[in-house]
Amino acid sequence: MSTAVTETPTTAAAAAAGGSPSAAPAASSPSASRGHVEITDVRKSFGATDVLKGVSLTVPPGGVAVIVGPSGSGKSTLLRTINHLEKVDDGYITIDGELVGYRLRGNKLHELREKDILKQRTDIGMVFQNFNLFPHLTALENVIEAPIVALRKPKEEARKRALELLDRVGLKDRANAYPRQLSGGQQQRVAIARALALNPKILLFDEPTSALDPELVNEVLDVIRELATSGTTLIIVTHEMGFARDVADTVVFMDEGQIVEQGSPQEIFSNPREPRTRSFFSKVIEPAFNI
Amino acid sequence: MSSTATTVAQSAPSTAGRPASAGAADTPTNTEKTAGPPAVDYSGYKLVPAKHPGRWVGTVLVALGLAAVLWSLATNPRWEWGVVAQWFTAQSVVNGLIETLKLTAISGAFGFILGFVLALMRLSASPLLVGVSWTFSWIFRSTPLLVQLLLWYNLGYLYEKVSLGIPFTDVRFFEVQTTTLISQFAAAVLGLTLNQAAYSAEIIRGGILSVDQGQLEAAAALGIPAWRRSTRIVLPQAMRAILPTAFNEIIGLVKGTSIVYVLAYSELFYTVQVIYNRTQQVLPLLLVATLWYVVITSVLSVFQYYIERHYSKGAVRNLPLTPLQKVRRFFATHAVKESR
Ligand SMILES: Nc1ncnc2c1ncn2[C@@H]1O[C@H](COP(=O)(O)OP(=O)(O)O)[C@@H](O)[C@H]1O
Ligand SMILES: [Mg+2]
Repeated sequence: MSTAVTETPTTAAAAAAGGSPSAAPAASSPSASRGHVEITDVRKSFGATDVLKGVSLTVPPGGVAVIVGPSGSGKSTLLRTINHLEKVDDGYITIDGELVGYRLRGNKLHELREKDILKQRTDIGMVFQNFNLFPHLTALENVIEAPIVALRKPKEEARKRALELLDRVGLKDRANAYPRQLSGGQQQRVAIARALALNPKILLFDEPTSALDPELVNEVLDVIRELATSGTTLIIVTHEMGFARDVADTVVFMDEGQIVEQGSPQEIFSNPREPRTRSFFSKVIEPAFNI
Repeated sequence: MSSTATTVAQSAPSTAGRPASAGAADTPTNTEKTAGPPAVDYSGYKLVPAKHPGRWVGTVLVALGLAAVLWSLATNPRWEWGVVAQWFTAQSVVNGLIETLKLTAISGAFGFILGFVLALMRLSASPLLVGVSWTFSWIFRSTPLLVQLLLWYNLGYLYEKVSLGIPFTDVRFFEVQTTTLISQFAAAVLGLTLNQAAYSAEIIRGGILSVDQGQLEAAAALGIPAWRRSTRIVLPQAMRAILPTAFNEIIGLVKGTSIVYVLAYSELFYTVQVIYNRTQQVLPLLLVATLWYVVITSVLSVFQYYIERHYSKGAVRNLPLTPLQKVRRFFATHAVKESR
């Protein structure tokens, strides 16, 4: 697992200063690196509320970034801009140097057509808080759907791969079960297998365990832990601080639409610099954990 | 409720001592914890299911009522069952029946297809499409079907000729007399289809709205194209909400086609009217039509059951048994009981 993630803590203000759109650092070595995420000064508002106020974040290939922060701080919105489920108002995001959702023509960024956006999304897996499995399809059908229609894989090949993935998340014997016949933890593991089926460069997790009963949380976290060592770039929003400390290369603390502080788990959890970070952790981390 | 169970519980405690914790909540007699109630070994008793005397009384009453109705139907000579039997499969009646089925199938199919398009328009982001769809439903739901049918049939009075050409110019590719274009059949199909479309649009829209937004989002995040998202992800789930009401509509349409008698179109109802006007056997002939409507509706209901069952896959934890499976199981379990 790579340890070095953005040595320089890029605060929103610092990144807002500029950087030309053509500067794409990761593009130089596409063969070696897969899943370099570069978020540059992203802004987003819903009506009058500014939800993202200039967020910049770099996650290197194979890196694991864990985003923490109070509810409503814009964590989900940030994740959703990474696969263009949410359009940014300003700023841009690149993956391995390629702009997400836009194309540079002349001196303007033109939004891509739906078809091209869908193609980009196959490189970016997403796992939702409430699973969003397709309830009328079996676990196996859930997993093979996207490879068949989005990647045009032959059905037999997709099936074989899907069974491997279901095996990997420990659910090979439930392949023909419908989501409602599975426990929450099992459903979320199927959802992870479904996201992995596209062989994405990046996996986004939006509070993957928040809808689960406490005793089911670990079976899902274990699967994600295993992914963290696989070389796929992971960006995880979670409230499981113990888990964050284990898997993260970088912990990012967000509040009110900004990245307040980021660094190694050691720095952020044990020695936060910002008062806002400190006060947040004093509320969410039980004293026993706070070494 | 379960009177047998309490008898067992009350009669048994004398037999043996039991640990204080076991099953204390089950019987009210065991609430005095200090006494250390004796343990009971229930293992030797036979289980007797609860009796439902009310259910039996109800069943008998309803059966008696049904028998009375059937008796009166069979024995009252004024129903003239002989006449019913004579006309039930008469060629003219069967022809009428075929026309009814044809009207239902065509207007039902086109009505729902157009309704699907209208529903998608209504849910689109374009204000013009939304407006057009809304206006369509508004107009066709606010005019009586009877009036619509008569309007279509008399279209020739409003517009003598129908032509295809370039609007706002004199260029015409073809032109026909409206009266030759709009036959009774065309007016009937047009009226029933457009009216059906207005209602189906709302039914389908309701079904689509009932599907969780997260489903679309997940599908989009997986790179699944828009058309596939609608047909593979949203519609199959929407079907569960759509089907019961849709079948209501189709069954309504079967009988609703009888309204085209105003166009003197010889479907089932108009046919029996013509016959009883000639023979004066009004009630038996109405009964002929009614029986056919009952037959069609029954067949449709069976279809409905199995189609709904198909679309409930995954929505219920375990599919309910089909009536056939229930019957088989009933005989299987009762056969077991007999053999004991
Ligand atoms: N589609 C939307 N329309 C309006 N406001 C929204 C929308 N999505 C999110 N918000 C608002 O944006 C803010 C951040 O939301 P979110 O990104 O979900 O926060 P988090 O995931 O950190 O809890 C919240 O105040 C929320 O109410
Ligand atoms: Mg959130």
